Amino acid sequence: MTTEVKENERKLTIARAMAEALSQEMRIDPRVFVMGEDIGALGGVYGNTRGLLEEFGAERVRDTPISETAFVGAAVGAAQDGMRPVVELMFVDFFGVCFDAIYNLMAKNTYFSNGSFRVPMVLMTSTGGGYSDGGQHSQCLYGTFAHLPGMKVVAPSNAYDAKGLMTAALREDNPVVFMYHKGLQGMGWLGTERGATVHVPSDPYEVEIGKAAIAREGSDLTIVSVGIGVHHALRAAEQLEGEGISVEVVDLRSLVPLDREAIRTSVAKTGRLMVVDEDYHSFGMSGEIIATVAEHDPAMLKAPPARVAFPDVPIPFARVMERYCLPDADKIVTAWRTMQLRERT
Amino acid sequence: MTMQPTTAQKLWMYEKMVTSRRFEEAIARIYLEGKQPVFNMANGPIPGEMHLSDGQEPCAVGVCVHLSAEDVVTATHRPHHQAIAKDVDLKRMAAEIFGKQTGLSGGRGGHMHLFDPAVNFACSGIVGQGLGPAVGAALSRKMQGKPGVAVAYIGEGAANQGAFHEALNLASVWKLPVVFVIEDNAWGISVSKMTSTAVPHNHVRADAYAMPGHRVENNDTLAIFAVAGEAIERARAGDGPSLIEIETSRLAGHFMGDAEGYRPNGEKDALVAKDPIPAFRRHILETGEAGEDELLAIEKAASKAVDEAIAFARHSPDPEPADALTGVFIEAKPQGADA
Ligand SMILES: Cc1ncc(C[n+]2csc(CCOP(=O)(O)OP(=O)(O)O)c2C)c(N)n1
Repeated sequence: MTTEVKENERKLTIARAMAEALSQEMRIDPRVFVMGEDIGALGGVYGNTRGLLEEFGAERVRDTPISETAFVGAAVGAAQDGMRPVVELMFVDFFGVCFDAIYNLMAKNTYFSNGSFRVPMVLMTSTGGGYSDGGQHSQCLYGTFAHLPGMKVVAPSNAYDAKGLMTAALREDNPVVFMYHKGLQGMGWLGTERGATVHVPSDPYEVEIGKAAIAREGSDLTIVSVGIGVHHALRAAEQLEGEGISVEVVDLRSLVPLDREAIRTSVAKTGRLMVVDEDYHSFGMSGEIIATVAEHDPAMLKAPPARVAFPDVPIPFARVMERYCLPDADKIVTAWRTMQLRERT
Repeated sequence: MTMQPTTAQKLWMYEKMVTSRRFEEAIARIYLEGKQPVFNMANGPIPGEMHLSDGQEPCAVGVCVHLSAEDVVTATHRPHHQAIAKDVDLKRMAAEIFGKQTGLSGGRGGHMHLFDPAVNFACSGIVGQGLGPAVGAALSRKMQGKPGVAVAYIGEGAANQGAFHEALNLASVWKLPVVFVIEDNAWGISVSKMTSTAVPHNHVRADAYAMPGHRVENNDTLAIFAVAGEAIERARAGDGPSLIEIETSRLAGHFMGDAEGYRPNGEKDALVAKDPIPAFRRHILETGEAGEDELLAIEKAASKAVDEAIAFARHSPDPEPADALTGVFIEAKPQGADA
């Protein structure tokens, strides 16, 4: 996707791309409405609902009390009753106060009712650290959500995908968890990852949920990642290119459904697999991706697979400690060197 | 007869309020270092979110003046004034906010996660999160027959969390020594209390849980002292929990960097004009309980304590990066270490 961008075309931040997808869908589908904290006049702490209150009014753009149990549960009820609610959980870390509605209702009612109840809702939530917000405001928790059956999970790395995935999510008959990384939002106060701000067509379009993208083609190593990890991987790929190593970067875009085919196809080509994940190391996305290859055909791997993930510790506040834990391009390059040492001969 | 503070208590409250304000002023100044002209939260000597407590000091001192180190306080994401009133070690608190090795938690926690076991103080970042632990601390004291009460501080926005209602009910059913204190600054980030809360004031919610509910208007230090004093006495006597809602004012943004566009015109100026610290200062002078010189000396001492704490924080070393990997679990003690 990113490779198709022409320089002079309109570029948007992920925040604006999300808001645009929401407003375009709200214009054509009166069932879509938004609830969450500070999403009205403020336009969302991360800017992804900017302009919605002005265009659609307080009936469809609802600032809520700080009552996640109630309003996430309410979204489930409204979705089952024919609406298409979008709810914002300001930080994914806050899921603790409302997870019951998410994983026991939103995710399960379709199955329990054998499809006689539908839960077409979008739960959008911010992820990620890197700016010293401490251990209750910096997590990713991809694996936590993706582990539990019944919800689709997407996590865009750039604005093109963000708009397309949001539009697809709004048109889905299933619940979708839309996880956007704070470091990619294009809000200056959270730093700016330039690679996330890309060309976004003004007309509505969908990016298929469950389909990965090849963010960069290569032949020696496959790096699989999602969200901000894609940008770390691209940076590492550039560095390694200087050493004659050709890296392919697979941007999953969706965790559920997981595009296992794309992962296997890439690894079949390169013979080497590394996973970059800002979520915790163990019992998560990185293990799942490695299993996807190992279960299929371990002989595809010329070297033991590697992962660059957040160690299994709560996220520390101090900058030097957080940096020590967070994946980045340097850690990817180091992991590549270790991988080479362990390569089968 | 409402409870009245002694002169010593008044001067203690004044000193703590001034210390807290000087502390926030210093933090605000240093927070902006490295964040201008481009404001990026990740930069500067104090990165991350910063929720300042300017204006809310009376809620801290008017309650904590009745507490001693053995009493428990759970505080919020806006914890500095409460920590200072609870006598949390100012140097190590400052160092934690800077993310230094000498901080209360060696830099693991940061400004929203200050822990000082010496004075039974803890705070956390998720709205309403301290309520359950305060109830549990009170339960533990009751079960162990140990003295002490627990105070749970929250903002008015937190009174719409399920945890609030569950905690009040539980504390009441078990008649626990807890006091729930709501600092009502009228705003939960950009959302006003008026638009988010079904009742005009939260103290009436105490009725639903069969406990006394009090409302203190006007950020009034003396009125807080009286109401909190009674509630804490009641808790100590074994008569169960109380709920207090205090009308206070947030003189700063929700966090630093907040443009505060949601505030009605003139609101901020009106709040600054009602700043509780100069008001309390005037009160002390008017009653003649202390003279100008004495108050100046208190202010000077407060500034000095803050300067020393900030200098300590600034000059302390960063943690070892790899220390991030330690401290997840208490390490098993070698055999026989438990005396
Ligand atoms: C469960 C949860 N939801 C949302 C937030 C984000 N948040 C942090 S502070 C805040 C406003 C809190 O308002 P209030 O309780 O009145 O305290 P104040 O900030 O005014 O001191 C919000 C919504 C959070 N930290 N935790």
